[in-house]
Amino acid sequence: MGDPKRSGVDLSRRGFLKSAGGLAAGGALGESALSAANSGLLGDGVERLSGEVEIELTLNGAKRKVKVEPRTTLLSALRERIEPPLSGTKEVCDMGSCGACTVHVDQKPAYACLLLAVDCVGKSITTIEGLAKGDELHPVQKAFCEHDALMCGFCTPGFVMALSACLDAKPEATLDELKEACAGNVCRCGTYPHIFEAAVAAQRAKQGAKR
Amino acid sequence: MKAFELARPVTLDQALAELEKDSAKRDRTKLFAGGQDLLTELKEHLVEPDKLVDLKRIPGLDRIEVQADGSLVIGCLVTLATLAEHPETRNFFSAVAEAARSIGSAQIRSQGTVGGNLNQRPRCWYYRNEQAPCLKKGGSECFAYAGLNKYNAILGGGPSYIVHPSDLAPALVAFDAEVTLRGAKGERKLSLEKFYTLPAEADVTRESVLAPDEILTHVRVPAKPGWTSTYVKFKERGSYDFALASVAVAVRATGSPRAIQDARLVLGGVAPKPWSAPKAAEALVGVDDPKNWAAAGNRAVAGAEPLAHNAYKVPLVKGLILKAMEALAKR
Repeated sequence: MGDPKRSGVDLSRRGFLKSAGGLAAGGALGESALSAANSGLLGDGVERLSGEVEIELTLNGAKRKVKVEPRTTLLSALRERIEPPLSGTKEVCDMGSCGACTVHVDQKPAYACLLLAVDCVGKSITTIEGLAKGDELHPVQKAFCEHDALMCGFCTPGFVMALSACLDAKPEATLDELKEACAGNVCRCGTYPHIFEAAVAAQRAKQGAKR
Repeated sequence: MKAFELARPVTLDQALAELEKDSAKRDRTKLFAGGQDLLTELKEHLVEPDKLVDLKRIPGLDRIEVQADGSLVIGCLVTLATLAEHPETRNFFSAVAEAARSIGSAQIRSQGTVGGNLNQRPRCWYYRNEQAPCLKKGGSECFAYAGLNKYNAILGGGPSYIVHPSDLAPALVAFDAEVTLRGAKGERKLSLEKFYTLPAEADVTRESVLAPDEILTHVRVPAKPGWTSTYVKFKERGSYDFALASVAVAVRATGSPRAIQDARLVLGGVAPKPWSAPKAAEALVGVDDPKNWAAAGNRAVAGAEPLAHNAYKVPLVKGLILKAMEALAKR
């Protein structure tokens, strides 16, 4: 999966899917939006998934079909399996330590590397690609630009998703609460002072918009 | 990550039927809820189960029930974020809400569950390193004992020196919480304190008495009218981390000048299980003053046997107890 030692396997599968994509049966989806081949209820009434299954995810408001295995993380599904890929969500540690893969799951912040893609069926997933409303950037995105809140930029999507989840749920969030909201994100360039400035500016912009 | 089958039972009986009965095979099947610890274990190949049993489709386990007397019954699927924000928990079981809020990051708390937090595996870097066949993984040696043991146990260690990583556990033990373990033959209830085991007393590869074919379904936290509590955690990083040491204190105090009638004191991050310190709690009873807090600190670490790199935890625990008592005195 995200495991570099094994990513070769996944890449070749992705290549295969790319070429065979047109052949993949797009039959009627079951209740859980899973293809029938490798899932289903056996005699004991327990749904079982194994091997490759096709699921439908709600990503940034659109339904997207993707073939995954039960072990495929949401991060891997976004970056390596969906065509075209949603690579704005970054993979760094793949162990829930760095925050680069932060997405919103039903409006709550989550590490995409610690979620199974099959568990995300029926949930609303927002990635950095879906945060802006058309051309209108989210206040956090705007503030990051205005306050130069990034250096190399690799951690930025994660920080933006963590802070936007906090502010969308709590527009009156204080600086301490904003810091707590992105405590699970790491910036190795050390741009924290600008990130916090941007977070406060975004909070003010949100509050202003509310009034 | 090795491929696995994902089973999605919708009743507890179905889930129990999926589990291995034989202890030797217990890691072939793993319970799966928030996955915030389990997926990291799978990625590091520390366990390579053939099957995950997803508990999230079983209804009713994601609720916090407030009973008529004010006691809480917390389902194992309640997320840490939900528990941290729960009004009754915040008002009457502050240490529990504070502990929940101190766990991981917002991203982890939104997915991680109470059952998962109580059953998470140790953080010792020898255990977490796939290449190290340590005692916890069925090997013959605890590498931390003679190795880099900065984060390891000062109390209750041997032959394994892990510390239990849960923040919730010390806070819940301070409230005399009880867990319900459901097995094929019915359920048993026991105190959370007795749920956890020391490596010398039981299977060194496990941290609790949970049988391979059992599920921790609920935690009951009995109401303690008139008690106040707090959880103080010290981390190496300011942002988010596991505890180097932590303390959960609950007291029943009355009068002015304030006198403590009864107290509970439980340490985290210093022992292979949440470390109850009843003699330290006794030292708190009486006039609420810093002399008693210091006495409690001394008693809490009595018998500590630091390893080469973790003696700092002894004064740290004493300091955390002072900090916790100072915080409670101000409430």
